[in-house]
Order: sequence, then C-alpha cells, then structure tokens
Amino acid sequence: MEAFAALVDALIYTRSRNGKLELIADYLRRTPDPERGWALAALTEGLDFPAVKSGTIRTLLHERVDPLLWQLSRDFVGDTAETASLLWQPPALADGPPAPPPSVTQAVEALSAMTRASVLTELPRLLDRLDPDGRYALLKLATGAMRVGISARLAKTAFALAFRVDVDAVEEYWHALAPPFQPLFDWAANGADPPDTQSLPLFRPFMLAHPLDDLQVDLADYVAEWKWDGIRVQLACAGGATRLYSRSGDDITATFPELAEALTIPAVLDGELLVRGSHQGGEEGGAASFNALQQRLGRKTVSAKMLAESPAFVRLYDLLLLDGEDLRECPWTDRRAALEALLPRLPAEHFDLSTIIPADSFADLATIRDGTRDEAIEGLMLKRRTSPYVAGRRTGLWYKWKRDPLLVDCVLMYAQRGSGRRASFYSDYTFGCWQGDPADPAGGAELLPVGKAYSGFTDEELKRLDRHVRQHTLNRFGPVRETDRSLVFEVAFDSVRASKRHKSGLAMRFPRIHRIRWDKPAHEADRIEALQALVHGEPGGGTARRQDLSAE
Amino acid sequence: MSPSFSWIRPEPWGIHVVPADCWIDPSREVPHALVTHGHADHARGGHGRTTATPETLAIMDLRYNTRENIQPVHYGETVRLPGGVDATYLPAGHVLGSAQILLELGGERVIVTGDYKRRADPTCPPFQVTPCDVFITEATFGLPVFIHPPIAGEMAKLLTRLAEYPERCVLVGAYALGKAQRVIAELRLAGHHQPIYLHGALERMCRLYEELGVSLGELRPATGASKDAMRGHIVLCPPSALNDRWSRRLPDPITAMASGWMRTRQRARQRNVELPLVISDHADWPELTGTIQEVNPAETWITHGREDALLRWCQLHQRRARALALVGYEDEDD
Repeated sequence: MEAFAALVDALIYTRSRNGKLELIADYLRRTPDPERGWALAALTEGLDFPAVKSGTIRTLLHERVDPLLWQLSRDFVGDTAETASLLWQPPALADGPPAPPPSVTQAVEALSAMTRASVLTELPRLLDRLDPDGRYALLKLATGAMRVGISARLAKTAFALAFRVDVDAVEEYWHALAPPFQPLFDWAANGADPPDTQSLPLFRPFMLAHPLDDLQVDLADYVAEWKWDGIRVQLACAGGATRLYSRSGDDITATFPELAEALTIPAVLDGELLVRGSHQGGEEGGAASFNALQQRLGRKTVSAKMLAESPAFVRLYDLLLLDGEDLRECPWTDRRAALEALLPRLPAEHFDLSTIIPADSFADLATIRDGTRDEAIEGLMLKRRTSPYVAGRRTGLWYKWKRDPLLVDCVLMYAQRGSGRRASFYSDYTFGCWQGDPADPAGGAELLPVGKAYSGFTDEELKRLDRHVRQHTLNRFGPVRETDRSLVFEVAFDSVRASKRHKSGLAMRFPRIHRIRWDKPAHEADRIEALQALVHGEPGGGTARRQDLSAE
Repeated sequence: MSPSFSWIRPEPWGIHVVPADCWIDPSREVPHALVTHGHADHARGGHGRTTATPETLAIMDLRYNTRENIQPVHYGETVRLPGGVDATYLPAGHVLGSAQILLELGGERVIVTGDYKRRADPTCPPFQVTPCDVFITEATFGLPVFIHPPIAGEMAKLLTRLAEYPERCVLVGAYALGKAQRVIAELRLAGHHQPIYLHGALERMCRLYEELGVSLGELRPATGASKDAMRGHIVLCPPSALNDRWSRRLPDPITAMASGWMRTRQRARQRNVELPLVISDHADWPELTGTIQEVNPAETWITHGREDALLRWCQLHQRRARALALVGYEDEDD
C-alpha cells in the first residue's frame, strides 16, 4: 500500500501528462502480480466495495472525533476521505507494535469481505496499520473515486508504455477482463498468449479520421458521407449481451437502454448516436441538434418520459464483426455491402444508414458541403474505398472535412491564468459582443460575455496576449483579471445556441481564437444581434459569417 | 467576562492595554504600540511610539523605516508602562525577534502570544512556557487535521527531489520573513552547502538575518544568473512569484511550497505545487492544545485563525475560553 499511496500522491501533484504516464508505467514495471493489477483497477475506478461508502467513513469518525470538530475539519479540507485520513488516531504504542501495512491485494481482499454489518469493525483494523497517506489511498480506493486526474485511457496508455505493447490491443483485451487483469499482465509482461476476446460484447477501438486540410482526393478512390453532429458510438452484441460504448470506450449502455435492446444479432456496429428531432434534418430525416442529445448525455438512468420525448437512434457508418466473423480486414466496399444487407434485419426506429453522397467531382462536393443548412451535420467524411477498419488514425484512409467555422469579432473582457505549462500566463480568455451601438458615445453600449476560449494562438502570440492583459488590467478577482476591453479577437466557432446559463442568452460550441485583431478598434467588434441571428441556421444579419477560405 | 481583567480590552483593531493606553499589534495607527513580531499583519508603520525586541525593530526599520520613537526590549526584560503595567517580552519561537508579551498589573498576569510555534528553529530562540491567568493565543492552524510532520523529513523530500533532477531546479515558495531563512538554515543543517538562489524580494531580509547573527551560507541573486548556473540548485521566492512570469527565467523549475497549508491536498493543488513541503512557523493542533494545558491559564482568549475549533476543544476540556474578533490578521502565506 505504501508504494501505491506514493503513486497516488505523485499523480495528484504532477501536472504533465507525460509525467503521469511515466509514474504509472514505472509503478507497473516494478510491482509484482497481482498487486499491480489491483492498483490499475483502482486507478481506472474499476473497483466497487458496496459495504464502504462515504457515509461509512463519516460514521466511523463520528465515533472517534467530536462531531463539531469533524464538521469544521471536513469543511476546511473539502474531502471526506482526506479529512478522515488526517484525523484518524493510530493505536497507542502501548498496545504492542502495529501490524505491518497491508498490500493493495490484502486491502482489496479485506474490503471485498466486508459487509454493512462488519465494516465498522473491520475497516478500522486496516486504517490502524497505515500512515496518513496510506489511509488516504485506502479510503479513496475503498470508496471508488481516486480523483488523481487521470482517465482510464491514460492508465491504459501507461500500461502500454510500461511493457512496450500496442495501446489499442490493450484497449481491446481490457474489456474482456476483470481486475486484477492477470491475463493482460501475463501477455504484456510475461510473454503469454493474448487473452481470448471472442464471444464477449467487447469494445473495439474506433477508426478515426485526419482533417482534410488543403488536400483534395479523387472520388474514384474515396466515397463521401455526412459527418453527423451526435456522438460516435459502438454497439457490440455477443454471447447474448449487448453493450453500447462511447468513443473513449466507456460503457454507456445504461444511458441509452433502448439501443442495447434493439440489437440482438451478434455484431459490432459503428455509427453516430442521434436523437430524433422534428424541426430540422431535412431530407436526411429527423435528427435533432447536438443540444437535444445533450439532454440525455451524462445520465446514469433514464426516465420513461425521456425515452418517449427524446428517442435515440444510431445512424450506421460501419460493420466490424458479424455472426462471429471479423470483417475489419475487408475493404470498406465489402463492409458497406454487408452493412446494407444487415440493415433490414435491424429495427427501423433505432437504426438507419448514413447515406453516401453522390457527387461527380471534388468541386461538386465542395458546393454540396457549403450549401448544407442542416444543424445536425458537422461536415463531410471521405473514406477510401479499399480501406480496412484499423484502430486510430492512419494516413490516407479516412478524412474529415468539417464545415468552415463561423466567425465573429469579440472584445476581450476577462483573462484567467492557465494551468500546467501555462501556469504563469493569462491564457484563458472571456470575450463579449456589444449590446447597443458602441459607435454612439451617449448610447450606453455594453459588452455581454458570449464565450471563453484558450486555444487558437501560437506561443509567441500567447506571450504578447499575456503582456497585453497585464498592461490593461482594470480589476483583479483572484486568478482572473478584468481588462480594459481594448482588444478584438476574431473568434471561430462551430455553432451557437440559446442558453439560459449565460447573461447573453447564448452559448457557442467549440469557440477558439481565429485571429487576434491588434489593429481593430473595440467599437468595431460585432453586436450581439449578429450572434443571435445564427442561433437557428445561417448568418441573417450583422457581420458574423462563415470563414471565407478564398480570403485566407 | 470576568471584570477582574477589565484592564485588557480586545478591540477589533488590536488588544488595548487600558491603563497604559497602548495597543498590542494594532492594525491601525496608535500613539503607542507593543509589537510581537515583524510580519506585516502584526507590525505596521506610523505609530507614535513602538515597543518591540531589537530584532523586530530592525525588521520594521527595513520595511517601514521605523527608526524614530522606538523602545527596544530584550527577551526577559521588563518595561514599566504608564498606569503601573509591567510588560515582559518572552521568546515565541515564531520568527527572528518574535515575542510573547507578558502583562502584569496588581498581581494579574496576561500573556499575548502573538504568533508562535513549539518546534526547534535554528533562526530564533524557542517558545518559553510561562504561567499566567489569561492566555491570549493565536489559532492559525486550529483544526485537528493540522499535525506538522518533523521538518527533517520535509528537508529530505526536497533534497531527494533536487538530486533526482540535476538538469532542473527546485523553486521553493516561502514567506519572505522567517520561513525563507528557516528553510535555508534547515537545509544547511541537513548538510546542503550549495549556493542557494534568491528572488529579489528575499535578498534584503536574508541579509538582515545575517547581520543579526543568523548565518545562512552562500546566497546568490537569481536575477541575472544564467539558467545553466541554476540547474540542480534550490531557488527561493515569495509564494506570489511561484507561478508568476518571474519563474520563466528558471531552468524547468519543480515548484515547491513551504507552508503549513500544504498539509491538505486541495490547498497544495490550488497553488499548482508539485512538491508540497509541510513546514510551518505556527503551532499545530497538538501544540496549540498542549500549550494551553502546559500554561494552564484560568482563561484562554483566542485571537485569530480557526478559533471555532479551538474554542470547542476548550469547552470539551472544561476550560474557560472566548474568541476575540480581531480584524486584519492574515495567515494565507504561512
């Protein structure tokens, strides 16, 4: 437990991703089985001990610490497990030498054996054997929320790094195994055969696309389909069970139960999860905007009302496995044919096909792309007809060709310090548009914040922006500085929608700094009306516009 | 409250010694101030007359040019104030020159601790336990979660990290008065005799410590030093400079902070600290409560910090206690 506790603390205080990767990889290399497997499960929050909850810790401490002193301490520390780890009184030395600290494996065994009845006597026995850092790690592990700032993906990447294996293979085997992942370590660290992944509804790593940028492709070699603005999902059915996975491989079956029920054929499908909508979607038929989808995301359970109001369906892109046969090595054209043949066997209310866009030439395609008005469309996908289905991004196979972003001129209002490498820089910017006429000195025009961005500029530009913020500060609020509203940003964003959370009533999607207009006076920035006109569709008034590539 | 101590009156801006018409650590300008130590929230310029230890007066001279109408009092020395009040300055162990003030009138004894700690500190003499009737104590770390670990372990953490990354430097944020010099002195005790680089804001105070007899070894200004020269070395700066652009001149610094607040993870993370060092110049919870038991006063008055919890502890231990609402004391940078 000491080495694991040291790892947990080091992860908490290490800011860089590479630093975290090295720490985990190093731990995995020098820790024996099955200790490292349990530790990996704890880091990826794959452990659950039903008898130990946050309330259990509180109850334990109330038996030992004055309730008011506990409460004052908890309020200051801000974390129940940490407060308990600091307040725990180890047994007096007079009671004999303390037992040695438990290993992670021993702790997991003990925690698994606890019941609601025994936890109040058994958990203290473990805590008594640990120092404050060890107690913290134990309580975090026991309550299933490490909060060390790493994702499951990062832990898997660290595993791959530790044993020099392919992270996508790790990802694929991962879902077939349970903690402590012994077959995974046997394969990666001890040279055994890879784990068996047949007959389980496993996640297969997604195939991803590169941005097209300035490239052009020949439509004889590539097909075009719409890039839908939902969430990319994978549905896997095997051995009588169906699972729905997000792009990161998280199991989101419980959030969309109707989809898992809809697939009963042994297959693995790749598609875009969308929610039915009525007011848009045009000829492609009834996909609501991302906004509607968000109402259902992030919920662990779903009500009957929600199922009725926002039914989900999958617009299918690809077919990876069917009836026990792995199609991933086949060319796209064969997989597409198999997918089209499969479609009639799937319930129509939950599945349709992402159609192929007929276009005679690349120029033709560009016209189609620019002409689309559908909010559920993000742009185009271009797929090589001969491409196998491979994990990750491989050059030359798939391209994404997003619609040009919308642009609006905003005025910098607040700046906040970044974190990590940018900790000393004011790198997060809040900007606004004018309400009222800024050219009229008596008009009382004011800026309304419309968004926040922290990307889209070079390191050199960041230095200059940082200098600007420091030299134009009006007020300071902790890490935030209010500036004198003299700098104009040309902000690029994908779409804008109505939002009650912001004073302006608007929320931008993916705003980023497109250009810094050092030259432009603030009163020439856009008015709020220009953004409001974009809430439903295309520029209607003002100066907000699609980026014009020809002017670049 | 007992009327027998009515000659000591806590006001929001300081503790008033009524018969002498003087104030302890007042946060506004007064005709006569008794100052416990040189930190800015206790020592301010502009008083008509200032009574403090010679070291505290030297610090106030450096910071506020306080050199007129001063009255130096050495540790153990008693001065007679107007109204027949005797004031004795006793070591508090907080920073160089820091004192508790024992006030006596008509057989009643009142101690104002100012800020204090109970751990050994190579830069100042230790806290002296002295019996009294009313003990007016600080409570900066007045929560049972605060248990400062032994400083040797924190120094070992710092030196281990330094040795692990010879191509980088460790940047330690430390309060300019007291903490910075204690960290340097403890590093020397731990056998680290390399030059230590200083942020400009620390230079004058370190020089003053040396003039007052605290040797700190070889110190160099970080300003003007090359990145290469600072690789593998310790650099000290005030906490405010840790994440400021000042630190861009350093060779890939590992940011550390020496503070009692580093005991909790969120506080350390808020500071963007990679290496938290739990080093405090205040008493921790066992020391606050242990000191009250040792001094064993009839009453405990709690001046500033987390007074609710210490008040609760006094209640639980059947000790008479009250919290004073004093303004202007800050504790963020300890």
